[in-house]
Amino acid sequence: MTGLIAALVEAWSELRIHKTRVLLALIGVALSVAALTTVVGLGNMSREAMVQTQEQQGGRAATVTAEVFPASGEVDVPQVRKALEGLVERYGVEHSSLRYQTSVPFQFPDGASTAETMVVDRGYGTMRRVDLSLGHWFTRSDEQRLAPAVIVNEAFHQRLGLPDLQQNPAVQIVRERPITATVVGVVPNQWPEAPPQAMMLAGHYDAWALGGEAMMPPAMEMWVPKEIAEPLATAMSSDLAAQFGPGSAQVFRSDYAAFGDPFESIQLAVGGIAGLVLLLGAVGLLNISMVTVRYRVREVGIRRSFGATGGRIFFGVMLESVVATFVAGVVGVMLAVAVVKSPWVQDLIAAGVSELPPFPLEAALIGLGAATVVGALAGLIPAVVAVRVKVIDAIRY
Amino acid sequence: MTAPATSRTPAAQHPEPPLVALERVERTVLIPDHEPLRILQGVDLEIRIGDHLSIVGRSGSGKSTLLNILGLLDVPTGGAMSFGGVPVRSMSEKRRAVTRGARVGFIFQQFNLLPGRTALENVMTPLLYARGKQFWQRERLATEMLGLVGLGDRLREKPHKLSGGEQQRIAIARALVRSPQLILADEPTGALDIETGQSVMKLLDDVARESGAALVTITHDPNVAALAHRHYSLQNGVLVDGELTA
Ligand SMILES: Nc1ncnc2c1ncn2[C@@H]1O[C@H](COP(=O)(O)OP(=O)(O)OP(=O)(O)O)[C@@H](O)[C@H]1O
Ligand SMILES: [Mg+2]
Repeated sequence: MTGLIAALVEAWSELRIHKTRVLLALIGVALSVAALTTVVGLGNMSREAMVQTQEQQGGRAATVTAEVFPASGEVDVPQVRKALEGLVERYGVEHSSLRYQTSVPFQFPDGASTAETMVVDRGYGTMRRVDLSLGHWFTRSDEQRLAPAVIVNEAFHQRLGLPDLQQNPAVQIVRERPITATVVGVVPNQWPEAPPQAMMLAGHYDAWALGGEAMMPPAMEMWVPKEIAEPLATAMSSDLAAQFGPGSAQVFRSDYAAFGDPFESIQLAVGGIAGLVLLLGAVGLLNISMVTVRYRVREVGIRRSFGATGGRIFFGVMLESVVATFVAGVVGVMLAVAVVKSPWVQDLIAAGVSELPPFPLEAALIGLGAATVVGALAGLIPAVVAVRVKVIDAIRY
Repeated sequence: MTAPATSRTPAAQHPEPPLVALERVERTVLIPDHEPLRILQGVDLEIRIGDHLSIVGRSGSGKSTLLNILGLLDVPTGGAMSFGGVPVRSMSEKRRAVTRGARVGFIFQQFNLLPGRTALENVMTPLLYARGKQFWQRERLATEMLGLVGLGDRLREKPHKLSGGEQQRIAIARALVRSPQLILADEPTGALDIETGQSVMKLLDDVARESGAALVTITHDPNVAALAHRHYSLQNGVLVDGELTA
């Protein structure tokens, strides 16, 4: 224990003596670590951002979607929905949501018209990372409401005259006896000229018997662990086929990673570049530590004549390098965080993403780890040289 | 210091084993395409605690080689040598390094201070290779030792700002800071003028005597040699009793 502390003490005082040389080497290391950490961090964060976007479109990994298209072409919506809900129950799926696109007539200030309406369950918001521009996603208390709750897109909201959501704005659903629904949230338009669209909870849709025209047969989205996605899809597929006849049901993975992670190759490329950058840093450091060790042959001789063992000399030179690069690594990581967290860069990678991804800890650890490894590698050769110093020749002049 | 504790024990009948014992020690260097170079031949020598030896000899006669062997920096190629009663042949490199650190202090002609480091840091260096109390109290020990050689007010000075005599006094403090049993001085006054050399040598002799360590001094200077109790000379690798004549 004393030996280790003594070696650390010695390494630190050595670094202080060789300040200028060490500083020069360390600027190089700090810059390469900063580059590496920035590249890895940016890579991870933009991957995160891309994943978020993808998840909004296809669900999280792994999402299994079950659909039924009866051979007859006639879709019995209640029957299909019952079958799909049965699947969720029988297979004990924890996160699931109906996705049923229908159309519902709404009364707008400028007249009545039907709007595409998506009937979903409460879980849909989490599963698809639904991003609201106003209000909130359906909550448990929304489910208990005495009037149906709807979430509308911006076009719909606009057509209603941009009512304040704090006031629980109402919209009438056209019926013989009109039903008053409450707008609880607004989502962005899916494309620039999108028509008014709405979303509604399946419970409300059923309770007020809104049964409109089916635009697409109902589907069930299920968010399940990746490992079980495939076997689950197969089992459910034959389950549905038994009920509706062969070929009439489809159960498949619909998330972005269904055909392998598309970001893997990007990350590999980024990692390769980063490794190369660091290698350059290591070569620079090795160069400088070689110069340092030659200059110190005499010192090594003196230290050995005062009882330094070969192991201690080796460890000392090595530790000096590692302590130095570790400090440089910390500086480099801080630099990288500053770059990546700068508003300009954040805008670039995280445009249109709801949750700004945090700076990945992984990138910081990789940066520090790489700095330490580079220090050890760059210290190895000079350490071997130092141990091989012939003491008698070193102290002779 | 009190009388040796051994005086009342039966062991007192047998003299304590010498600190270092050399018997017909040889040091030969193999040179490619050349006859082997015999630097030392048949050297017999015993050094005990409290001894003060001087060794004189012409340049190239093998003085430094002998001193390096005494200090475990080099090993004999022939003959027998023991350090602290242990045959050197049976000591590993690491064991020799640890023993050297704990029991030997070197003083060189060119001082060999570590450049860029203060007097205090230089004197603390050997304590970095010590364990326990010596390591943890290194600053206090080094400060005390520098006070002892009269440099208590120059602790933070770097060597290049000090005179030769002062630098050699730092080197003496460094050699003695771990309280070695054997102090080896290779021409300690060689780089100093006569007067400074004498005062430095007087200091070395005093601190060595006070600590009870053995002191071996290599010198060209008869005045320096005169401080020792036993006098040897090396002639072409052969150690002979008495001052160098002619
Ligand atoms: N490793 C070695 N290889 C070849 N020759 C050596 C080696 N070590 C010592 N010698 C030679 O052995 C001889 C004795 O060297 P040593 O340094 O012991 O002499 P010295 O008495 O200390 O001389 P000086 O008074 O000049 O310091 C010299 O001729 C030296 O060149
Ligand atoms: Mg010599």
